[in-house]
Amino acid sequence: MTSTPAQTAESIVALSPGAMLRRRAFGHYGLLFGLAVLGLVFAAALFAPLLAEHSPYTQNLAARMKPPFWMAGADPSHLLGTDQLGRDYLARLLYGARISLLIGIVTAVISGLIGTTLGVAAGYFGGKVDLAVTFLINVRLAMPVVLVALAIVALFGGSLQIVILVLGFLLWDRFAVVMRSSVMQIRGLEYVNAARAIGCTTPRILLSEIMPNVVNNLIVVMTLEMAHAILLEAALSFLGLGVQPPTPSWGLMISEGKEMMLFQPWLITIPGIALFLLVLAINLLGDGLRDVTAPEAKG
Amino acid sequence: MLAFALKRLGLAVLVTITVSVISFSLLHLSGDPATAIAGENATEADIAAINEQYGFDRPLAEQYADWLWNAVQGDFGQSYYFKLPVAQLISDRLSVTMTLGVCAISFALLTAVPLGVLAAIRPNSLIDRVALFISVAGQAMPSFWFGLIMIVVFSIKFRLLPPSGSETWQHFIMPTIVLGYYAMPAIMRLTRAGMLEVLNADYIRTARAKGAGAARVLFKHALRNAIVPVVSLAAVQMGFMLGGSIVVESIFALHGAGYLAWESIGRHDLPTVQALILIFSCFYILFTLLSDLANAWLDPRIRVG
Repeated sequence: MTSTPAQTAESIVALSPGAMLRRRAFGHYGLLFGLAVLGLVFAAALFAPLLAEHSPYTQNLAARMKPPFWMAGADPSHLLGTDQLGRDYLARLLYGARISLLIGIVTAVISGLIGTTLGVAAGYFGGKVDLAVTFLINVRLAMPVVLVALAIVALFGGSLQIVILVLGFLLWDRFAVVMRSSVMQIRGLEYVNAARAIGCTTPRILLSEIMPNVVNNLIVVMTLEMAHAILLEAALSFLGLGVQPPTPSWGLMISEGKEMMLFQPWLITIPGIALFLLVLAINLLGDGLRDVTAPEAKG
Repeated sequence: MLAFALKRLGLAVLVTITVSVISFSLLHLSGDPATAIAGENATEADIAAINEQYGFDRPLAEQYADWLWNAVQGDFGQSYYFKLPVAQLISDRLSVTMTLGVCAISFALLTAVPLGVLAAIRPNSLIDRVALFISVAGQAMPSFWFGLIMIVVFSIKFRLLPPSGSETWQHFIMPTIVLGYYAMPAIMRLTRAGMLEVLNADYIRTARAKGAGAARVLFKHALRNAIVPVVSLAAVQMGFMLGGSIVVESIFALHGAGYLAWESIGRHDLPTVQALILIFSCFYILFTLLSDLANAWLDPRIRVG
């Protein structure tokens, strides 16, 4: 719905592939919005110590549940108010961005490595390898993610590392499915056959002929899985079996604010909106990247 | 068709067994079940007694074989926490979760399919934009947060709906919407994409050319073809949703199998968790099996290929 079909055939032919890509990207509002919001969250996470006046851990029982700036009785030194333990909500929100981004990125990298290895192997070698990988994907899809993740975190004890590892080992299915079908589409093409004919080794064909041509799809899946991991971490922490207090995780903030949501609904709306915007931005970026790099696959 | 069905069934059984092996070993390797039962202050003699009684000191493979043999006969052991047979616990709770699942998938289909069709009839129109917005927002909405906001608005502000419990049908309204909204975006996108593709097909032009009415073309010729992949997606989503019901049920204190899972995970009640993981995977496997068989029956190309 976003790229403009108004360009004439001549103007497209005259452009280099890079220029065409840039033109499509700059006309894609979803992608631009996603990039802007993600950039802001990254900046907030990176500069959290500079932006926050207070520590996210310092409790001040004399200043509990101060309302945010738009409500009566707000304290100007706490822009977004304070929580039940008197901790500065803005500081917790900014440091919480670090947790969400860290979980999203590391999980996407771990699951990306597992899923891509499996998917590329299945797509390139076919036959028995493909059968085995397809079976593994089926097994993985049949396991209820939330339930298994909760159970493992409960038994191992919740910590950032455990949550990242569990999610990384659970969320590889989409990588495998997408990489498998992308590689299958190109493994029989002329340039792959040519590389094989001149005697290139299999690892070389995989790395320099296959991978560069499927990396676009990989990046798109990576954004979607990053969003997925961030939402799941928030859900696990909300249920009390994810990142443990007093770590400032957005899911945990919503869980802690839940008790007081009758009288102080902003305690859950602020971290909720942050979570929603971050995931929305990553998804829009992913959808945008897909539209821009492979406009024919739009749907 | 029979050969295809048998092959597909064999795969389903194999997947089920593998899932049970993985979850059994994960749960037994990651914690010490005896300490979980005995509690923090147990002496070594207590733990030894529990190991003896439950057989935790035996090799894992032997424990698994025992468990599987009993599970096939419908005996999932005793719950450590509730002190009741797990099979009875789960069957008591499953009806709530199934009701919620059926309501949620119906809600998702009844909203997503019409929206997707309308969006496909008029691409880039206002309704298309609205549908896109609903689906993009749905994918980014943390379902537990959406649930809490609904409680704040509909139970606290307007006092229209009960915030928690599972006694009356009103208790199911908010959980249905929250869980259904989770499945909506994918169904809507697939309906829209399928309808767009079908509406450009030659046989639609033919139908229009021979003078068939707009409604007839839309419903009899186009939707019937576009809906086939949506049905299999809905089956998959239904399987995911039952697994995802744990979050929704815990927010609304809906006492179904998901809520039971949350309670028993928090109490390290291994037999219950183990059985629930198996049952939720079986549902997923069953739904995908049924949808594959239905598709193969509808489309001969699948069962030959």
